[in-house]
Amino acid sequence: MNQNDKDTIICRCEDVTLGDIRDRIARGEHNLEEIKRSCRCGMGPCQGRNCTPLIAKEIAAATGKPLEEIALPTFRPPTTAIKMSALLGVKKDD
Amino acid sequence: MIKSADIVVIGGGVVGCSTAYNLAKLGAGKVVVLEKKYLASGSTGRCGAGMRVQWGTETNCLLSRESVKMLSHLPEMLDVNIDIEFHQSGYLLPAYTESMVEQFKKNLVLQNSLDIHAKWLTPEECLDVVPFMSLKGVLGATFCAEDGHCNPFKVTEAYATAARNLGVEIYTNTEVLNIESKNGKILSVHTASGDIATNTIVNAAGGYSKQVGRMVGVELPIFPERHEILVTEPVEPTLGPMVMSFYHNLYCQQSPHGSFIMGLGHPNEPETFNIKSSWQFLCDMAERVVEILPPLARLNVIRQWAGLYDMSPDRTPILGNTPAMERFFTAAGFSGHGFMISPITGQLMAEIVLGKPTTFPTQMFDAGRFERGELFKEPLVV
Repeated sequence: MNQNDKDTIICRCEDVTLGDIRDRIARGEHNLEEIKRSCRCGMGPCQGRNCTPLIAKEIAAATGKPLEEIALPTFRPPTTAIKMSALLGVKKDD
Repeated sequence: MIKSADIVVIGGGVVGCSTAYNLAKLGAGKVVVLEKKYLASGSTGRCGAGMRVQWGTETNCLLSRESVKMLSHLPEMLDVNIDIEFHQSGYLLPAYTESMVEQFKKNLVLQNSLDIHAKWLTPEECLDVVPFMSLKGVLGATFCAEDGHCNPFKVTEAYATAARNLGVEIYTNTEVLNIESKNGKILSVHTASGDIATNTIVNAAGGYSKQVGRMVGVELPIFPERHEILVTEPVEPTLGPMVMSFYHNLYCQQSPHGSFIMGLGHPNEPETFNIKSSWQFLCDMAERVVEILPPLARLNVIRQWAGLYDMSPDRTPILGNTPAMERFFTAAGFSGHGFMISPITGQLMAEIVLGKPTTFPTQMFDAGRFERGELFKEPLVV
């Protein structure tokens, strides 16, 4: 891997590079849940919309597993970022 | 997979990994950790990531005081190159009723006698620590600068790495299906990947520790309870300490990363393995936290999740052997504060299992205390 590839940003929210991801996969972190917890990719404001498929491809390439067998991490609510102020008073109106 | 071991630790959370490390360090022989998913996938990785030394019982004060000391230099102590994000920015515990003021002042006397430097703040002094907090209903607060934050994934990784360096074998994706025993003695542990012959087990299975106990006919009074958390987008450092209100039953801290992590306890949460998130929590949490910390209304919530507290009847862990089964040890029932006391817990467990003199008295953690009616209830739990 050349320096450019190494420095390519995979997770734009948390500044995680391709080099970082490949190091983790090489160390045996072969699922998205573990990689997420070890370097925060997918924990930022976009919640993994950009990096998850890219990392899944990296895992598939490194392990030889078909891409469709790479388990996706749990998608957690809320679906999109929401202001605290928008949540106020919701329960009373319900 | 290994065919036999001197000790099998069930559970790859922070307590299991810390116990395995300490066992290996004390020369326990072959130690194996079995984790059904991946390290820190259960309660450890779902917790609020706080550490505090302000407690209401002497035991909890001592456990947390010693653990914070160890966390302060954990990578050096374990000889690993992992940043655990140790950060001491204090905990502020505001009091809203006269009885809370009385309890907190009692706690301060206890804490100060144990070399814990917590102090009383007037409402105005609270503003020196959290300038934007609402003083509505606040009668004062206790504050301790030694409290703070650590990254639970990294602490677990640090202990697991150090344990492996001492020869501990850690199997992830390896669920314990059954335990074979005969005449009150353990014979082997069955997993989907094979059997391990052993005569000693440490049950560090958190919310699932009762189920593990039942595999050897031991009924532990530990039950799982769902607790929910949310996290906001990261912003500039604004909130120094963890703010923890027992009146609102909530806690909120800005992590070194910049995001705000917060959670609350529901008084009527049933015994459950359910770890689904709820919209009710999202709305409740926003409502209550904005009441105490109004500017947080402007923050974006980006994610919510839930995890299990392994509750014990007196909110104090069970550490030690159970008479019904020889060499079946339990380290569970942490009731929401297992992560922050995991360093000393692992050390005590290793001492108990190996029959060595313990760093602190541990007889009060005995599982038999509930039958004898010798509970000592921790008053300060959210």
